[in-house]
Parts: sequence; structure tokens; C-alpha cells
Amino acid sequence: MTAEIAQPQAQREAPTQTPAGASEQALAAQAHARVLRHKRLVLLGQIGIAAFILGGWQIGAMTGVIDPFFFGSPVGIVIRLWDWGLNGTAYGSFWLQIWVTLEEALLGFLVGVSSGIVLGVLLGEIPYLAEVIGPYIKIVNALPRIVLGSIFVMWLGLGLPSKVVLAAVLVFFVVFFNAFQGVRSVDRNLVSNARILGASRLQVVRHVVVPSAMTWIIASLHVALGFSIIGAIVGEFLGSQRGLGLVIATAQNTFDANGVFGAMLVIGALALSAEALMAMVERRLLAWQPPSNTDQNIQGL
Amino acid sequence: MTAAADTPGGVDLVGVTKRFVTPTGGVMTAIRDINLSVAPGEFCAIVGPTGCGKSTTLTLAAGLERPTAGTVTVSGKPVDGITKGASFVFQADALMPWKPVIDNVALGPMFRGMPHAESRARAMEWLQTVGLTGFENHYPHQLSGGMRKRVSLAAALINAPSILLMDEPFSALDVQTRAIMSNELLNLWERQRPSVMFVTHDLEEAIGLADKVVVITAGPGTVKAVFDIDLPRPRGAVQDIRFEKRFLELYQQIWGALREEVEQAYARAADATRNQGNTA
Repeated sequence: MTAEIAQPQAQREAPTQTPAGASEQALAAQAHARVLRHKRLVLLGQIGIAAFILGGWQIGAMTGVIDPFFFGSPVGIVIRLWDWGLNGTAYGSFWLQIWVTLEEALLGFLVGVSSGIVLGVLLGEIPYLAEVIGPYIKIVNALPRIVLGSIFVMWLGLGLPSKVVLAAVLVFFVVFFNAFQGVRSVDRNLVSNARILGASRLQVVRHVVVPSAMTWIIASLHVALGFSIIGAIVGEFLGSQRGLGLVIATAQNTFDANGVFGAMLVIGALALSAEALMAMVERRLLAWQPPSNTDQNIQGL
Repeated sequence: MTAAADTPGGVDLVGVTKRFVTPTGGVMTAIRDINLSVAPGEFCAIVGPTGCGKSTTLTLAAGLERPTAGTVTVSGKPVDGITKGASFVFQADALMPWKPVIDNVALGPMFRGMPHAESRARAMEWLQTVGLTGFENHYPHQLSGGMRKRVSLAAALINAPSILLMDEPFSALDVQTRAIMSNELLNLWERQRPSVMFVTHDLEEAIGLADKVVVITAGPGTVKAVFDIDLPRPRGAVQDIRFEKRFLELYQQIWGALREEVEQAYARAADATRNQGNTA
């Protein structure tokens, strides 16, 4: 993607530095070299920053400028993760903890997304329902929903269901509001046209309303994905027998800074790979969209 | 493709008034006491100033709205629900951006329960008719404005409508493309001969295409005058016909009727803007 952004710039600059009479091929080759050099420079800068922060942290921890008891150290974190991977945690293997959290987040995500879409489309299609139920949804949305986690742990116990429900509730509201807004902003002409062409109410929903709202819904899925992981981990924090949240809680209680950072790192990696998967799904589902300039800018950044 | 429609066509509006309730509880009269009749196979153009209720008339004929008073009859039957045998072409193309061209054209037969393969085959024929073979798998955003309009026409005509309702269909196109599309529309219309209600701002376009031009007054609109266009058919190129003597005569006659209404509508809009400015 960086190539697409950098290329026009390179092409603009190239002619000014080429001797007159150079062939098109030479120009193209020069532009190509320029793009490559630019890419390498960016990568070098990125690696440089990482080296600076991690190196500074490690040296600080070794020389005592940074207290390793409270702040841990990069090497300490790697050793801690290595130890977990090899010997497991106090409540089973480390991989099991990752799997448990992943399962909770994924189930919560699926339940939250599907219920959000169904209710969003339903309320968007039936204005009476929206007017009656609307205020209640706003009230529930205004409550600090994370606290509901305590209630769910009390109701559903320390196992998987309480985390799934918490994650689903967090996900639901994000998806619901977007689905609702998406349905509301469907082009009225498209609906009228489909009706005149002979579509039934259900056909209008299936062929016009849902695909049209899909852009909105998919935009919400990125945030929803993050929320599902947060829901699972907070749920485990509040009371559980397994999972990455419990790993962090245990590390916190034993003042194991390396453990907290280590678990954090793993969660971050999970979220990033889930995000990448999501981007792939999104590209497939929205293949029909015209490429927009804003998209390119975002990718360039 | 040229199969006769199941319904004979023809539209009759008798004493039709349409009022809308505004969200604040007020009442807005869009059209009042309109009497208008389009014969089966007749091409009727409707001209009038902005905001005179031309589009409302079309939505009534399509069955998207009910009249507040009066009766709307299409193909001899009073309209109750979406009108059977009608197709609509909108100003902005009502194409689904997430469906490739072929699926957009195949919508009509598909909604009516035709098997997938058959409706796609019909859509292919229609794409060929409007000169878009080879573009069936493009998405609408990949086509030019004129090509999108062709797709809209194919999607509207594939159902073999007995009445075709067009709401300023070509107004978003540039002048050259508009002329080409006008000729194309006449060719297509000659094949099936549906009744047409064609709303436009453009008097030249109206006279060039129609058998009959209806002038609507400034809003709330009602029929001011009806002019029969006795130019011979087939008309040939719309670009050429507008220099003929009879065309110019008709243009002057109709413009005489239309001008007062346009001026009145303009004065009203200017007043409204001024008042808004004063209160603000």
C-alpha cells in the first residue's frame, strides 16, 4: 500500500533529477529504485524506534534506573512467557488459557453480532417498534456495562457462560446501533424501485435493506471484535478458573510485572491477528465498493 | 421481449388531491384536483416548475402513495397497492451498487419468482438490446452515467410494463448523452409501446419525445393546459427535430403557458428565502 502512495511522489520528482534525453525505461527504473529506497527507509525507522524503546527499557532495568520489580524488563517478559509455554501456569497449560479466552471472546462475538444485526434490522424496519423500544435501549446503553460482569458471574458462575454473555452484551450495542442506522439510511428510491419491480416485504429486506446496511454493520465489527476480547478478559478478571484474565489477575496479586506485560503481549497479538482476519473478510464482503481516496490515505498512514 | 403486457395500460387521474402530513403535524398540499388521462400506448410528458408535485403524480400512479381525494385508475383498475405492470425510472439511478449489472437487470423477473438461470438469460438479452453486452459483470460504479441509465432502462423494461413512469430520468446526464438516451428511449418505447408518464424540466425534451405535453401550475399543482404534439412518428433524432417549424411553434405556445408558472414559483421561492433570512 505504501507503494501506491509513494509512487506518484517519486514520479513527480524523478524528471527533475534525470539528465535530458533519458529513456522512459531508465525513468521507470529510477522511479522503482526510489520507491524501494523509500520503503527501506520507513522500515529502518520503524525498527529503530522499537530498538530504542526496548533497548532503553532493558538497559534501564539492568542499571537500576528503571525498577524491574515494578516495571519488569523485556528479557524478563520473554523468560516469563518461555516459562509459561514450557511449564504451564498454576491452573493448566498456558495454551489452554489462551484457548479458553479465545473461545469465550469468539462465542460472545458471534452471539452479540447476530443479535445486534437481527434487532437492528427489525427496529430499523418497523418504526413503531423503534419509537417504543428506543428509549430503553438508550438507557441500557448509558449504563456502565462492564459492571454487568459482576452480575453475570453471580448468576452464571465462574465458567464460560458468564464471560460469553458479558462479551456478547458489549458487542451487541456496537453492532445494534450501526445496523439500525444502516437500515434507516437505506436509499428510499432503491426500496421503492424494488417494490415496483414486484418485491415482497421480505425480498426488500433481503435484497435491499440488509446488503445496504452491511457497510455500516461491517464498520462496527472492528470495534466489536476488540470489545469481545475485552469482555472475555474482564469477565475472567471478575471471577474465573481459567483464561488470560485470570493469568493477569494472578500476576498482579503476586507483583509479577513481567507476567502482566507478558499476558498483555499475548492478548495484543491475538487481537492483531483477529483484526487481520477481519480485514480479509471485509475486503471480500465489500468487493463491490468503489475504491475511495480516504481508504488509500488510511492505508498509507 | 416484445411480448404484450398482461394489462392494457393507460392511466386516469380524476379529481386527485394529495396532502402530506409534515412531521411537525402541519399539512402540505402537493397537488390539487388533477384530472389527467394517458391512453394505452401514449407518451405523455409532464412539465412544470420545481416543487409543483410532478413527482407526486408519478408515485400515485405507481401505487407508492394513495391520493387524499379523487381516484387513480391504471389499466382500467383503481390503484390499491403497488400498481401491476408498472415500471419506474428514477432521476438518480436506483441500481443496487452491490449487485453486478446483470443481477440488477434480472431483479424484476427474480422478484416475480422466475428461476435464476432463466431470469439471467432474459437479462442478458436486455443488456444486448441496450448495447451493454460485455459489461454484465461490472458493478454500477464502474460504468458511466449514460451506461448506468441504460441499465436502469433495461431493468425497468424487462418486466414488459404496460405503463412506464419516468421521473426526470435524464436530467443528471450531460447534454450529448441526454440526446443519445432520448433517441434510445424512443426506440425502446416503439418495441413495447407502454403508456409513458415522463416528468421533466426540459421543454425541448418533452416536445421531442411526447404525444402530449401536460403543463402543471406552480404548487400545489393542478393541470394548467394540455398540448397535443402532432409531430409525425417515428421522430428520428431528437437533436434534428427541434429545428423544424412545427416544433418551434409548439415550443412557443407551451412555453407561454409554462413561463407564468415558472415565474410564480420562482417569486415564491425567493419570498420564502427572504422571510427565512428575516426571522433568522
